[in-house]
Amino acid sequence: MNHDSYPDSYIRGILNTVKTIAMVGFSPKENRPSYFAFKYLTERGYRVIPVNPGQAGKSVLGHKIYGSLADIPEPVDMVDIFRASEHVLPVVKQALALTPKPQVIWMQLTIRNEEAAKLAEDAGLKVVMNRCPKIEYGRLSSEISWIGVNSRTLSSKRAQIYGKGVQRMGLNERGGTPREAAAATGPAQKSTPQGG
Amino acid sequence: MAEAKAERIPGFATLSIHAGAKPDPTTGARATPIYQTTSFVFDDVEHAASLFGLQAFGNIYTRIGNPTCAVLEERVAALEGGTAGLAVASGHAAQVLVMHALMTPGDEFVASKKLYGGSINQFNHSYKNFGWNVVWADPDDIGSFEKAVTPKTRAIFIESIANPGGIITDIEAVSAIARRNNVPLVVDNTLATPYLCKPIDYGADVVVHSLTKFIGGHGNSIGGLIVDAGTFNWSRDKKYPMLCEPRPEYSGIVLHETFGNFAFAIACRVLGLRDLGPALSPFNAFLILTGIETLSLRMQRHCENTLAVAEWLAKRPEVGWVSYPGLAQDKYHALAKKYVPKGCGAVLTFGLKGGFDAGVKLVSNVKLFSHLANIGDTRSLIIHPASTTHKQLSDAQKVQAGAGPDVVRLSVGLEDKEDIIADLEQALAAA
Repeated sequence: MNHDSYPDSYIRGILNTVKTIAMVGFSPKENRPSYFAFKYLTERGYRVIPVNPGQAGKSVLGHKIYGSLADIPEPVDMVDIFRASEHVLPVVKQALALTPKPQVIWMQLTIRNEEAAKLAEDAGLKVVMNRCPKIEYGRLSSEISWIGVNSRTLSSKRAQIYGKGVQRMGLNERGGTPREAAAATGPAQKSTPQGG
Repeated sequence: MAEAKAERIPGFATLSIHAGAKPDPTTGARATPIYQTTSFVFDDVEHAASLFGLQAFGNIYTRIGNPTCAVLEERVAALEGGTAGLAVASGHAAQVLVMHALMTPGDEFVASKKLYGGSINQFNHSYKNFGWNVVWADPDDIGSFEKAVTPKTRAIFIESIANPGGIITDIEAVSAIARRNNVPLVVDNTLATPYLCKPIDYGADVVVHSLTKFIGGHGNSIGGLIVDAGTFNWSRDKKYPMLCEPRPEYSGIVLHETFGNFAFAIACRVLGLRDLGPALSPFNAFLILTGIETLSLRMQRHCENTLAVAEWLAKRPEVGWVSYPGLAQDKYHALAKKYVPKGCGAVLTFGLKGGFDAGVKLVSNVKLFSHLANIGDTRSLIIHPASTTHKQLSDAQKVQAGAGPDVVRLSVGLEDKEDIIADLEQALAAA
């Protein structure tokens, strides 16, 4: 994978596949970027599990905070890392030690670690670096266009409404098939088919 | 995994029509609807809290954002190759919001002294009330920009093609100075439009526009726009507290770390536009969007007509000189070949041997050209700057800005070029 430029289909594929996201380096402070991403992704149907050793045992918006990846009692599909680049490698090693292994390692904006990326890719995982899943979801769902951001997407298909309220959008465009149209209005965005 | 197929990058004309404008998600309307509403209902209390806390993307109140204006923002950002845009009430408002995000009282910015007269006024006089101090530099002497930089400098401001002098600024050279001094380069790209020149390709960190001119293009709406190139590191020297320090307005959010490479556009929106208030009307945004759809076609014709007029004027006995970088003998022709190879835009100036009085007579005698203080219309426009737009400047400033007593400025429209030239011919004969 070229980590300087990801095709939209790669990012969309990840965000359409994963359901449970462990967020390492989560901060419970409401003004921190990790809290923003946690809240946003939770509101879009992902199960986000916060991880922070200093906050272990506490809870945030009804979600329990775990001290490490190994402490999480359920499988996670993606590990989203909010730690400085030099601290990423041990996190990835812990992620690869999980059973079952997660499918995706995601490093946040400004975070890159080539060694950790190679380790994860060699183990068959998908890797994203220097991106934010909240921004990518907003970009691919067209939500981010409401704040003037260049989504770098063009389409003659209308975006799909997530189902809860009018200001939340799904990841996939409306394709017009009955199954998609039904899914588009349902609350569980994760169950919608890909494409469209 | 298998590498995904490379995605096609759309061309300029395609972006001019489609960027930002997917079919309306609720009605399927294909043209961008005019969301003529002040406010937007929240889904629920939690959604409202998320929006006000900048934790969710969405619409609250048209002073802060509006879906019609947002299409315009994304459209221009895409055309310029930036990360995000912010539409505002005018080009002047765009400049105020950019400086509001960069400056604190006592700070300085370096600006080219050859700018649109309205910008010279704004920088010299209005900004004094904010404690923002302009230091002038000469685009014909690039070294003067370096000399003007001090530890208080927070930005460098230039126009890609200066209005009205037809001056092409060496953007790359000024950008190198900005980089060395770790300050952002702000480029006003109004006269060129992104069809003719993309300043971000040459190192601009912020691009500003008066949409009123060629981007809207039909002389029907005032508007301005800020494009964030996403290239500047706002946190490096801690010089930009709006971007790199916790904001008390938003419970301690640091905008740069939260919004990454589009943080500047967000700062201009949530700190500048929200609190200073120069919002664009959605109706104006709609008209400007309709104009943008034909931007590439219009700019091609504008450039073709203007070159023909410039060549014709250069041969007239009444005309002392013509300033248009598209002419081979023009001082800026070499820079024009680099920065605006498709054409030099539609604004040109020329000097009448008869001086001030001949200029006044010419603008009185034209029948097709409209005598008014704008540029970038489908209609051909004419003005005598010394008696109008640049009247408030001192004589020395007038000459510096390329608006001496003999100068006439044309904004050549999209009429048949034979008719444009015939009108100038009869008006010169009558003068």
